Amino acid sequence: MNDDGRPLFVQIAEDIASAVVDGTYPEGTQVPSSNELAAFHRINPATAAKGLNQLVTQGVLQKRRGIGMFVAEGARARLLDSRREDFASQYIAPLVTEARKLGIDPEQLKKMIDVWGDER
Amino acid sequence: MSRNVIAMHGVTKRYGDVTALDGVTFALEENRIHGLLGRNGAGKTTAMQILTAQNFATAGTAEIFGERPYENARVLARTCFIRESLRYPDNYRVDHALRAAASVYPHWDAAFAEDLLGEFGLPRKRSCKKLSRGQQSAVGVVIGLASRAPLTFFDEPYLGLDAVARQLFYDRLLADYAEHPRTVVLSTHLIDEVSDLIEHVVLIDAGRVLIDAEAEDLRGRAVTVTGPVEAVERFARGHSELHREQLGGFLRLTLSGAVPSSSDGDLRFEPVSLQQLVVRTTQRNAAIRTDEGALS
Repeated sequence: MNDDGRPLFVQIAEDIASAVVDGTYPEGTQVPSSNELAAFHRINPATAAKGLNQLVTQGVLQKRRGIGMFVAEGARARLLDSRREDFASQYIAPLVTEARKLGIDPEQLKKMIDVWGDER
Repeated sequence: MSRNVIAMHGVTKRYGDVTALDGVTFALEENRIHGLLGRNGAGKTTAMQILTAQNFATAGTAEIFGERPYENARVLARTCFIRESLRYPDNYRVDHALRAAASVYPHWDAAFAEDLLGEFGLPRKRSCKKLSRGQQSAVGVVIGLASRAPLTFFDEPYLGLDAVARQLFYDRLLADYAEHPRTVVLSTHLIDEVSDLIEHVVLIDAGRVLIDAEAEDLRGRAVTVTGPVEAVERFARGHSELHREQLGGFLRLTLSGAVPSSSDGDLRFEPVSLQQLVVRTTQRNAAIRTDEGALS
């Protein structure tokens, strides 16, 4: 996997969470097993299982004994909520820091965001 | 409860006045893939030989499956040791070597061995001494995998194996381990290639254990920071320095235990791979030993 310095199990959990958010795994569908993830990403199965178990703890996945892991009811909404909470620290903070370095004041920055939004 | 399959306690091995192992203590848990890392001559092979009763410790105790391995057929039958250069009798063919392995390992899977022979392109009727270096290594890898021994050592099994064959080995190891969990000890220099496979790392240098930790914990243990000298020095305060490089006004430090800071835009942070961490830790240990030698 990508070596971005974060634990592999965290990357596994985030990959699956992202796939739940973008609808690749709708609620109620089965996600890959730890052995399938291990083979695909070429990582230790215990690491893959740790990533899946983290999502179970967060209520994103549900374990069905002997069958596998499934996307829990309401998982997408919960993930969207928590990502919105993190949005400011992850995206706004670096944006404002860089703007300040370049001498762009907050008013200008707001205008730039409006223009960017209109163009899309 | 996970239990230890391997336990070394204060193991020392001396050859005359050369100390190969110097009070080595570590334990390896059952049903995990462990990495036994270190430079050539660090003492890895000696440690594995002592654990498999092929060598005697000068002092200390070594146990596998909770028992001493010497003349202990019960625990040795559950152990497979694939060495860097396995030698077979001159008249042995590939299929003879496999048949011999089948009689030694109670968990031997003949069908799996056949699959692997095909995948590694090994001619079963060829005499072992006519195999290329890579093919000889592949025979060892096939035996190590198909033995399904509850405790399997791979000691640098790849001499002559190309990148494609090594990837095949890792893939088959991972898939078979997932279906048949067992304890695997991988001793290798190709750390980047196995860093995502191993769960636990023991690093030996000059006969001593330098690192004994979960691979996951090691991933975040060190960070490389690059930037203007003053800013980097300010950030580095209070952290242990593993490596230092400077180019004019720019400084690059590898630091242990430091967490990247997003507040200082002049600093650039990069993760340190397991291989880099092992190299830097070993280099620092060599420097410390040189200093000690100068003092004594």
